[in-house]
Amino acid sequence: MSIWEYANPKKFLSTTERVMPALWILSGLLMVVGLVWGFFFTPDDYRQGSTVKIIFLHVPAALLAINAWFMMLVASLVWLVRRHHVSALAARAAAPVGVVMTLIALATGAIWGQPMWGTWWAWDPRLTSFLVLFLFYLGYIALWEAIDNPDTAADLTSILCLVGSVFAVLSRYAVNFWNQGLHQGASLSLDKKENVADAFSNPLYVCMIGFGVFFIAMVFYRTGTEIRARRIKALLARERLEA
Amino acid sequence: MIALLMRDLRLAVRAGGGFGLGLAFFLIVTVMVPFSVGPNSELLTRIAPGVLWLGALLSCLLSLDRLLALDWEDGSLDLLATAPLPLEGVVTIKALAHWITTGLPLVLAAPVLGVLLNLPTPGFFWLVISLFLGTPALSVIGTFGAALTVGLKRGGLLLSLLVMPLYVPTLIFGAEVARRGAEDMAVQTPLLMLAGISAAVIALLPFASAAVLRINLR
Amino acid sequence: MTLNVTDLSIARGGLPVLEGLGFTLEPGRALILRGPNGIGKTTLLRTIAGLQPPLSGHITGAEDQIAYAAHSDGLKPALTVTENLTFWASVFGASSIEPALDAFQLVALRDRPAGALSAGQKRRLGLSRMLVTGRPIWIMDEPTVSLDTGAVAMFADAVRAHLGQGGSALIATHIDLGLDEAEVLDVGVFKARLPALDDFDEGFL
Repeated sequence: MSIWEYANPKKFLSTTERVMPALWILSGLLMVVGLVWGFFFTPDDYRQGSTVKIIFLHVPAALLAINAWFMMLVASLVWLVRRHHVSALAARAAAPVGVVMTLIALATGAIWGQPMWGTWWAWDPRLTSFLVLFLFYLGYIALWEAIDNPDTAADLTSILCLVGSVFAVLSRYAVNFWNQGLHQGASLSLDKKENVADAFSNPLYVCMIGFGVFFIAMVFYRTGTEIRARRIKALLARERLEA
Repeated sequence: MIALLMRDLRLAVRAGGGFGLGLAFFLIVTVMVPFSVGPNSELLTRIAPGVLWLGALLSCLLSLDRLLALDWEDGSLDLLATAPLPLEGVVTIKALAHWITTGLPLVLAAPVLGVLLNLPTPGFFWLVISLFLGTPALSVIGTFGAALTVGLKRGGLLLSLLVMPLYVPTLIFGAEVARRGAEDMAVQTPLLMLAGISAAVIALLPFASAAVLRINLR
Repeated sequence: MTLNVTDLSIARGGLPVLEGLGFTLEPGRALILRGPNGIGKTTLLRTIAGLQPPLSGHITGAEDQIAYAAHSDGLKPALTVTENLTFWASVFGASSIEPALDAFQLVALRDRPAGALSAGQKRRLGLSRMLVTGRPIWIMDEPTVSLDTGAVAMFADAVRAHLGQGGSALIATHIDLGLDEAEVLDVGVFKARLPALDDFDEGFL
């Protein structure tokens, strides 16, 4: 019994189909609980008022925006090393989810920034990094779409993901150097003093886990779709060859 | 390798466009800037380093889609891949040829255009230095992008989309050197970062470019 | 150098086209590949040239020994005949291009830009590139396209001379080159059978 068994498309489909309903329900439940708790049952911040509550959307989305790219990086490496097609398709499936999360993080950040900093947008390092990340996502998705041969597309996007990751980290440092920002420090960290109050952090954890499970469900679901699309493509190619 | 470099340079001179087009584009971008932001010389002085860097970057970008596509179309790349040259060497030479025909003329033309934008005197030296250190990285990164999109019919726009985010660190540090130079501030930190990025990119990225090219030739 | 191909399977666009293919090409011999369009001759030649990996099987003796001529000649229209050929000569480390120019009667055209040549003349220039590579195994994909009968004879003479020097040639072609000593391999018999439909495996086929 090894984890690589699930790299077989059939095995992957049958397994994910079994766990999908549970994942959808779990993620829905966690998100509803977390968001309702966060929006209606937490006190207003003494400085920020109720605007602070957008944190329950902003932080989980930002977290996933980065981790989706990280997951794509790992999946790309698995494809390059072990040549499991499902891995490459999972990376492809995660990208649009990641780009939407990046957009949510940027949009909620802008909405939050307006009352807090008095501006929708500032060229703050964190904001700028997310914008650059957004561009990386766009390039990655565009490259997948542009190439017909699925194996070539998987190889090229994987290498782009690797090289892009290095440059994304570089850009982060460059941007930090270029402008010290307005953005507050990490909302949650091991250093207790910097942390937001417990009243906020508990529902925030629930939201983060909910978003995480939602991400996993989305990736499973979309990977299944990609597998089927790939299968159809292969069948059509086969038909042409036989004709 | 030398033969390949000489061939590419000769082609750039003969076919035209190689030297001229990038430079002309650089000139036009720079000349258009005062038209769009107004002739206020203080404002121009302030934005000159950034504008010149952006212009150089765009001019570089403009010529990238011809970098490998011509050799792809006439089959030279297939033949080069089966020749005794390592593909890593081929892409490095291609990038070098691109730099000599595009980057180097930009470095030399930048001070002239700096006059048009009212660049302060101490800025000229650092502008040239920063472009001289930064443009090789632009060529090498661009070669990677060109290798990614070489087989595509309309790869030009996609190429820009892929390469632009990769240009971010080089642009930031390069323009920062030029800006600090123009304002008579210490340039050491961004200068070292710029040189470091260029060195790392030149040393490592050709391997990725060659790998990508091999996949595309399959 | 003997080129040895055993139990080779190759794919185009992810689908297997030829399987179980094998042959041996001794020095001094020529092998003509035949088969209908789309059977996978070009894919086979590109695989042997090392441009793409085979699905399975082994190719020995090809590394650094082959010179590959594809459908397109890789000529630069802005460069003259001499410049085009000199470039490839220096890439492969050959000293002189005169024998190559002679063999394909390009001497009179030597200072003409390649862009001003006719299709047949371009092809001759492309083929003369094989002579400056100094490689023993020639792999050629439809070398006689757009050549007239005189030029085909010129090409056959060049191949014969190459074989005489202990070289070998692997040529995919539809026409009779007049190389009587060449063996013929019909790749049609190696056409891959597609795996059963219900076998939904890792490769989706």
